[in-house]
Amino acid sequence: MNPFRWVGSYTIRFLEEAGRIMILFAQTLGWIFRPPWEMREILKQMQEVGVRSFPVVVITAAFTGMVLALQSFTGFKRFGAETMVGTVVALSMTRELGPVLTGLMVSGRVGSAMAAELGTMRVTEQIDALYTLATNPIKYLIVPRFLAAIIMVPVLVIFADIIGILGGYLVSVQILGTNPTLYFRRTWNFLELNDLYIGLLKAFFFGMIIATISCYQGFSAQGGAEGVGRATTQAVVFSSLTILISNYFITALLF
Amino acid sequence: MERESSIKIRVTNLHKSFGENHVLRGVDLEVHRGESMVVIGGSGSGKTVLIKCIIGLMQPDEGKIYVNGFEISNLNEKEMNEVRKKFGMLFQWGALFDSMTVWENVGFGLRHQTHLKEEDIRRIASEKLALVGLKNVEDLMPSELSGGMRKRVSLARAIAIEPEILLYDEPTTGIDPIMADAINELIVEMREKLNVTSVAITHDMKSAYKIGDRIAMLYQGKIIEVGTPDEIKNSTNSIVRQFIEGRSEGPIKVVDPSLLVMRPQENGHAEKERRDERK
Repeated sequence: MNPFRWVGSYTIRFLEEAGRIMILFAQTLGWIFRPPWEMREILKQMQEVGVRSFPVVVITAAFTGMVLALQSFTGFKRFGAETMVGTVVALSMTRELGPVLTGLMVSGRVGSAMAAELGTMRVTEQIDALYTLATNPIKYLIVPRFLAAIIMVPVLVIFADIIGILGGYLVSVQILGTNPTLYFRRTWNFLELNDLYIGLLKAFFFGMIIATISCYQGFSAQGGAEGVGRATTQAVVFSSLTILISNYFITALLF
Repeated sequence: MERESSIKIRVTNLHKSFGENHVLRGVDLEVHRGESMVVIGGSGSGKTVLIKCIIGLMQPDEGKIYVNGFEISNLNEKEMNEVRKKFGMLFQWGALFDSMTVWENVGFGLRHQTHLKEEDIRRIASEKLALVGLKNVEDLMPSELSGGMRKRVSLARAIAIEPEILLYDEPTTGIDPIMADAINELIVEMREKLNVTSVAITHDMKSAYKIGDRIAMLYQGKIIEVGTPDEIKNSTNSIVRQFIEGRSEGPIKVVDPSLLVMRPQENGHAEKERRDERK
């Protein structure tokens, strides 16, 4: 096949898809501010996104903080800056790894579930059934998931930050023998509130990305079980990639 | 209730394409108040597309749909939502919300459209379930129901909001012949008890004769004949004859290209339907 044609058709398909996601995103925003809100659904989704993802996020953050301490210690020891380990762990966790790893874990755990659930509802006509019962599926299904994600992903990131820093502390103090007071002073003295804000802003965007892309994939699923499977895979792949790419640009803008 | 009565649903020159596939090519159909209209046609003939256009799940490319004399094919989402409150739809596979119990399914429309209290919704749901012949199933989940029960629950959900128009998408597909007959009985009963106008699509002729006041045959995107069950039984149109007699030889070709093109969002079902039909 003609390579130009190939590139062209992929570009068009990509743009089409991106356009449809943006339309769905705009529709979701349009419905968010219109009462009545489906409180039952919102709370259920907050539990799903927040509470149920908590263990996964805790384990991820703890081990990341621990390995960060270990690795940066190895490096800093070579020029006698071991005491800076606390600073590195705190900054990396709050600005970068807390939000990104939480985003990736949530997109794997929650994004896939959203796409699979909505995709199944699509192929079994449950979404059509909602319309026939005069209920808008975007309002009833997507808005609660979207709200849950933009609220709970930042909450999860706060926990990830704290646990990551504690993990780093544990390894530094217990295994590497750093002075605990010094470690905490290094953490507090250099950590700014701004670092936390940047991390939370990222988390907010990541929550938005996960909910929008996963719900879009679910809503546009077609072709039975196979289609639902494809939608689920694409939800995880695309939301993870979008998180990693947008992470760079958010960082670059807010440097 | 024949022609002199007012027209409940009027479809004129309806066109709908999916890419290259021109599914509806100018459908004209009139359904009278209180009448039970059955649209028959092969798989892929566009029956489902027609019914989804009528209830606004799909937008026609061309043509108009009137309900109670009002055009509904150019309404915005909010206006369409109001119109949909006049409709109830029984989906082919039930389309029950599988995260909710049976009574929550039946009461869904009431919960979202009215300000009734929970216990009232539950009571009405039980009444509607009793009307479709189900008792003590309120707290079951849809996954615990058989195919026939799912259809009944779906019907109870459709009638819970007391619609003026009921749409049936393949009401007898996927259930055994005895249960199919029970569903047919139920559809006749619904019309008598609730005095609704109904449109059913099916390829099951036994069901069509039983539930239809009139039958319309959809072929290659157009209605080619409309008549009472007796008129259809005695039709001289060779296409209609082939279809109602279920022969594979005749003007309808089994490997019609339109059969090979899948309809969006229900490819799985269309696929299964085709297999069922070829048996």
